[in-house]
Amino acid sequence: MSTPSLYAPREPIFPRRVSGTFRRLKWWILALTLGIYYITPWLRWDRGPGMPDQAVLVDLANRRFYFFWIEIWPHEFYFVAGLLIMAGLGLFLFTSALGRVWCGYTCPQTVWTDLFILVERWIEGDRNARVRLHNAKWSAHKAWLRSVKWTVWLAIALATGGAWVFYFTDAPALLGNLLNGTAHPAAYITIAILTATTFVFGGFMREQVCIYMCPWPRIQSAMMDPDTLTVAYRDWRGEPRGKGKRTDPNVPNTHVPDLAQALHAGTDPVATKGDCIDCMACVNVCPMGIDIRDGQQMECITCALCIDACDDVMDRIGKPRGLIDYMALTDEPRERAGLPPRPIWQHILRPRTIIYTLLWSAIGVGLVYALFIRSPIELTVSPVRNPTYVVQSDGAIRNIYDVRLRNKSLSEAEFRLSLTADTVLRIDLEGNADRDVIVTVPADTSLTQRVYVTARASDPAATAHDTALRFWVEDASTGDRASQATTFNGRVQ
Amino acid sequence: MTKNVTENKPVKGKNIDETTGVETTGHSWDGITELNNPLPRWWLWTLYACIVWAVGYTIFYPAWPMISGATSGTLGWSTRGAVAQDIADHEAKNAQLVADLVAADLPTLAPGDPLHRYAVARGGAVFRANCSQCHGSGAAGALGYPNLLDDDWLWGGDVASIAMTIDHGIRNDTDPDARWSQMPAFGDILSKPEIASLVTYVISLSATVEDRAQAAEGAVLFSENCAACHSDDATGNRDMGAPNLTDAIWLYGGDTASLTQTITQARFGVMPAWGQRLSDVDVDAVAVYVHSLGGGEQAPE
Repeated sequence: MSTPSLYAPREPIFPRRVSGTFRRLKWWILALTLGIYYITPWLRWDRGPGMPDQAVLVDLANRRFYFFWIEIWPHEFYFVAGLLIMAGLGLFLFTSALGRVWCGYTCPQTVWTDLFILVERWIEGDRNARVRLHNAKWSAHKAWLRSVKWTVWLAIALATGGAWVFYFTDAPALLGNLLNGTAHPAAYITIAILTATTFVFGGFMREQVCIYMCPWPRIQSAMMDPDTLTVAYRDWRGEPRGKGKRTDPNVPNTHVPDLAQALHAGTDPVATKGDCIDCMACVNVCPMGIDIRDGQQMECITCALCIDACDDVMDRIGKPRGLIDYMALTDEPRERAGLPPRPIWQHILRPRTIIYTLLWSAIGVGLVYALFIRSPIELTVSPVRNPTYVVQSDGAIRNIYDVRLRNKSLSEAEFRLSLTADTVLRIDLEGNADRDVIVTVPADTSLTQRVYVTARASDPAATAHDTALRFWVEDASTGDRASQATTFNGRVQ
Repeated sequence: MTKNVTENKPVKGKNIDETTGVETTGHSWDGITELNNPLPRWWLWTLYACIVWAVGYTIFYPAWPMISGATSGTLGWSTRGAVAQDIADHEAKNAQLVADLVAADLPTLAPGDPLHRYAVARGGAVFRANCSQCHGSGAAGALGYPNLLDDDWLWGGDVASIAMTIDHGIRNDTDPDARWSQMPAFGDILSKPEIASLVTYVISLSATVEDRAQAAEGAVLFSENCAACHSDDATGNRDMGAPNLTDAIWLYGGDTASLTQTITQARFGVMPAWGQRLSDVDVDAVAVYVHSLGGGEQAPE
């Protein structure tokens, strides 16, 4: 017996067109998510002269993130971190409540694959035509269809890669540069890489990405429990599957068939047939190429297209919908016993989903609060500790501080520097003791100002190990204030 | 197209595990068989692609260790070359600033001026590489090496004087224009009691002393021996690098023992002529940097 091949070729999947509630929902989500992705960089937002007018801009070169009226500086990265934590908790919440709803509806891999399959169907026809074309020998007709399909895919991929780079610099200017060949090589390389990945992942890899490349399907099993609503097949209602005469079509099959007995009998008695007519509709529409009737499996992204397909069939054979449905594992014993499933809210409202929601909301409220209380001016004080103090010729003790002043407003500001302390200290600016203690900071910039604080030889601070003081900065025109505490080091004899 | 993994029908030529219905590799250890859940073939192709990439990489980039050094790669790229290129790029970017700084009249450079900012940044780097060994990385000096942060200057604290000191140095043999002065060793001239009186007088200039009579004797000796350089009121003379003896700053210590040693044996601090080692722009930059440290003085009118 020789060792079988340890490598399997990809089995091509030809998802059939389907219509229904979930398919409609997925078209809307596709249009919405792709619309947001492609259009956002082109939205304009006036911030005044000298400022970028792009509504959403990740300005890496100048270390700024613009989101409509919000401008994030690098030291405020906790806003971005907070959003990422919220995205994570949101994913936990949705997964524990609704299973892989992210995978099935909004994951870019799913959305772009859906779009690519739509293009494929427009050009090559529905499932059966595509299977025939796949099996046909190469001909002029096949080459024509394939090249048209690949060209459209490539165009979508190019637009996808192209849209990405617009988030990082002014979109209209970059588009001009891209077209006349003067854009930065990084833009072309990024577009080339994203075009290639979109084209390959959406056109050829498809379910392989979900099954073999993405870590999320494996992580999700840690967040799902028996109350999680997920796509499942009511085998107690459907089995034994098969074609042939059924019981009274007006009476739903609530009879629980004895599967073992039926199988043992070899030929199923008509009376024990389940609702599943084994029409393979659920399998034919599946973009992952699996059979949902085999139960929950790792490959299932819960896109719910099999629900639409099966509901359509149930309508036509006059059986109630829901042979394949969103359901929780805990409902199975109830339904087998002939009881109705518990209401959906009872599945969703569980301690873990409530805790996820509370955590998510708490971080969200915290971020919004932080956003509203943040001051347009800020300062950070770095005491120079090499040396800790300088003795002046008159015996006075001087400390040096580097004060970073941030003017986050969109106009130039005059900042008045002052300090408060329990003892007498004198404040000077760099270079000139005669200058007024006013620093002009241009709009949307930060500036480091060296500040000297002096205690006369007779002041207690001159001989104290350390003396608390607080730097204040005040916007001369608006009266906005900010402060930071630090210490003054004296000469201890 | 469906994967039917649940049917456990025996297939000719295949080992099927009864429990899972999955084909086995045929390997068996103590009755434990290995299931064969095959890897997608494209993963294998990515491995081959990586191997091809790796082979290409070792041809184009430095890779294989040889007896002396490594293969250099056909592209001629090296980390050392990349750093050299980076440095050259930055120097090209700064070329205009460098030219402006060499041409600039240093006293007119104001804090906040971009050229001043560049000079401070460049001078700081030059200082840390060349000056910090004696003056300390924070420029706070040490015993015998002046603190450059305070407002006390031996040879002048305006930027031009600082630049002059850096350019030519102090008491060195290599630069004829070096700043020069020498205090005599008074141990050969005065007696020990006289030196003790002088020390008491010098201390009395900036602190209270108990033996006023001894200080008065010292005052007479001071006007006879020291005032020529340190001036009558002992505030020093920058033309000779003679320190101000009335302030709170002592280069070699202000206690009795230190002062006795200074007067008896004299001091002879040397600073190299940095103009011979540094470029003009670096001398200018480090002068602006030292001037910016807090004690810098305005140019005399």
